[in-house]
Amino acid sequence: MRLEYLPSPSPWRQTAAAGLAILAALGVAGLVFWAYGVPPLTAYATLLRGTLADPNGWAEVLRRAIPLILVGAGLALAFRAQFYNIGAEGQIAIGATAAAGVALFWPLEAPWMLPAMFLVGFLAGAAYALVAALLRAGLGVNEILTTLMLNYTAYYLVQYLVQGPWRGRSLFGFAFTDPFPPQAVLPTLPGTLVHWPTLVLGVLLALLLQFLLSRTTLGFRLRVVGANPQAARYAGIPVGPTLLVAGLITGGLAGLAGVGEVAGIHKKLLDSGDITLGYGFSAIIVAYLARGQPAWAILTAFLMAVLFAGGDVLKVAFQMPFRVVDVFSGLFLLFLIASDFFAQHRVRWGR
Amino acid sequence: MAEPLLRLQNITKRFPGVVANDGVSLEVYPGEVLALLGENGAGKSTLVSILYGLYRPDAGQILLEGRPVQIGSPLEALRLGIGLVPQHPMLVGRHTVAENLALGIGSPLWPARRILPLIERIAQGYGLEINPMARIADLSPGEKQRVEIVRALLRGARMLVLDEPTSVLTPQEAQALFRVMQELRQAGKSLIFISHKLEEVLAVADRCVVLRRGRVVGSLAASEASREKLALLMVGRNVSFERKRKPAELGQVVLQVEGLKARSSRGAVALREVSFELRAGEVLGLAGVAGNGQSELVEVLAGLRRLEGGQVVLAGQPLEPDPARLFEQGLAHIPEDRIQMGTVPSLSVAENLALRTFHRPPLARGWLTQPAAYRALAQERIQALGIATPSPATPTRLLSGGNIQKVILARELAGSPRLILAVHPTYGLDVGATELVHQALLEKAQQGAAVLLVSEDLEELLALCDRIGVLYQGRLKGPFAVEGLSREQLGLLMTGGSLAA
Repeated sequence: MRLEYLPSPSPWRQTAAAGLAILAALGVAGLVFWAYGVPPLTAYATLLRGTLADPNGWAEVLRRAIPLILVGAGLALAFRAQFYNIGAEGQIAIGATAAAGVALFWPLEAPWMLPAMFLVGFLAGAAYALVAALLRAGLGVNEILTTLMLNYTAYYLVQYLVQGPWRGRSLFGFAFTDPFPPQAVLPTLPGTLVHWPTLVLGVLLALLLQFLLSRTTLGFRLRVVGANPQAARYAGIPVGPTLLVAGLITGGLAGLAGVGEVAGIHKKLLDSGDITLGYGFSAIIVAYLARGQPAWAILTAFLMAVLFAGGDVLKVAFQMPFRVVDVFSGLFLLFLIASDFFAQHRVRWGR
Repeated sequence: MAEPLLRLQNITKRFPGVVANDGVSLEVYPGEVLALLGENGAGKSTLVSILYGLYRPDAGQILLEGRPVQIGSPLEALRLGIGLVPQHPMLVGRHTVAENLALGIGSPLWPARRILPLIERIAQGYGLEINPMARIADLSPGEKQRVEIVRALLRGARMLVLDEPTSVLTPQEAQALFRVMQELRQAGKSLIFISHKLEEVLAVADRCVVLRRGRVVGSLAASEASREKLALLMVGRNVSFERKRKPAELGQVVLQVEGLKARSSRGAVALREVSFELRAGEVLGLAGVAGNGQSELVEVLAGLRRLEGGQVVLAGQPLEPDPARLFEQGLAHIPEDRIQMGTVPSLSVAENLALRTFHRPPLARGWLTQPAAYRALAQERIQALGIATPSPATPTRLLSGGNIQKVILARELAGSPRLILAVHPTYGLDVGATELVHQALLEKAQQGAAVLLVSEDLEELLALCDRIGVLYQGRLKGPFAVEGLSREQLGLLMTGGSLAA
């Protein structure tokens, strides 16, 4: 067996490789179901019936897609600039916290409250990512480590707030804040948890980032800095400041996702693990599948959302732990990354 | 003559979209130096890869001493007695020569120590001077190359393929290599010698085989060949080797460097009190063995490195260390590393052409880039320089070295640069592309640009420059007027000697 490198594989080949990877992931995930005592085909049928074949399922999928689109589009842009932000979990939590602060302690009137929450949430998420971006741009500190570690500080900050100073007076014994005032709660599609303003915002921002990346001078800078920092320096494109912009955008969008979750679904601030639900990590897969194209993140976020919603369905139908979602997304990422190799190499048999 | 050691019969190798080798037949006799010539993309590398077991031919046969053989891997190639001396040595820098040589063949215990007698025997037998206990990282390119040759001989090579072996050597080192090649030849080894430098080929080869577009277009004895004849075969048209131009009409001082000091990235002193002047219309050459401060000097002048002492004046103004500003002031930079610095390999030809001016009209209107303007720019430049690319949207990583260099030239020389920094501008390029680069530089000089040409190719320097300086351990010797300067004198200066004698 020999491998031949293909410098520019055809799109057809790439699609086929990704398709086969998804089938393989479904196959291996099926083994997990089987080991759990659930026939794989039954599991997948239930998953589809509970999500895409059912109006309530659709609502669940869309609700899950909202944060994944926002975070995924931002990460796709950051990855193009080679800024590997894996701290979206923390940035979501910080965005949510900042929005909760506005909702609870800044008595604004109806038309101003939600925009203020989104704005402050964006700024807070951006500022949080900026810490890692500054360390990277200024001192060359690896942002993978800093953003990952900052997830924990965000987590414990929220813990401290909801158990300490911000703990609700009306909710004895629970580590929640008081509920948000009504003007700080996002409207939803009737009978669902789909906070549509965030969904619209996410889709628009993903398209905007796509435009930014492909049609603006800033996008050109981001792409050059990401693809070849040495050439950027040579051409006089400032590498550091460009990385900061990438950090601000990706952190800001994660912050917005956090605002949407607390203002649209929870209506209070609570333990950050219950807000982020792993969206920040799953969005890495969303961005990876989108191949660094923010607009494609709309589509790939939707696919990931089907898995998320499907996890809920499986939990209810077969008493499986919700974390089956992680098994799923982990397998998908594993097989898709491996499939890249087969998209770029041709296997030849024989001598 | 005797039975050939190696015979290739109708070797054909196809890649998607190209036929890299199209029915190539050739033979190599024992005790013969066969030169393999051809432009970039003519199929030399593919043929070498087939010989070394990296690719398999789609059709055709390889006969070793008359018996058909299959070469499935480099290991099999070595077992059959075919050794490769790669263009860029593949050695472990932190290990000693002996440790590197013992890799893969040494005994499990004290591999390096046990192999010492063997190394000494081979080294002495062929006049290969190496110190087995030296660390690879401390060796010069020529010494590393000798290690590669010893490695191939240790494995019992009867045939050696030398892939552009002189491209990294000083003239003296190259002469030493040629002596080794003669020794090997006399011992009955066969050598395949790949080079772009026709003078060398004529000096050391017994026979020349010329490839063009994957086919053998000529096979002749070196005694019947000439530079012009070989170039005609390689390129398919007459190539001018005439580079001399009218004596330069020198204009004003464009660049003034005085007492320049700088450190390398590792913090070592790289430039000590370098001073020179460069006038409009002048081509100043900078020779030197790699690592004697050339890169640092160019980086300082290009605004990429801080100067620690002295001053640099560009067109009457102190030099600002900002590459973007400098480009606007008329500084063009053809960098040493054309792939990692000169281009963004994953971006398209059009985008690479726009790398310097993407933020200015017509390529940008405010924040918005103008795709139509990119396309127009690309089409114009692709035509003007004859850049071979499937389309303006093709990523430059898919282009050949010569075409990548054309993209850089098209971008850097587009305006009317005042000062051109050209670093190894023809390194690894074929005859045709080299001619184009030389002509472009001379044309700009004629139009009044000052050119600083850094090169390890002394022929190139002597042909193009008005004056040549030599950097040795961070000090500049000269510059000397090119009239009356010889290769040997330059070689001497490059290794620390002086012209006094």
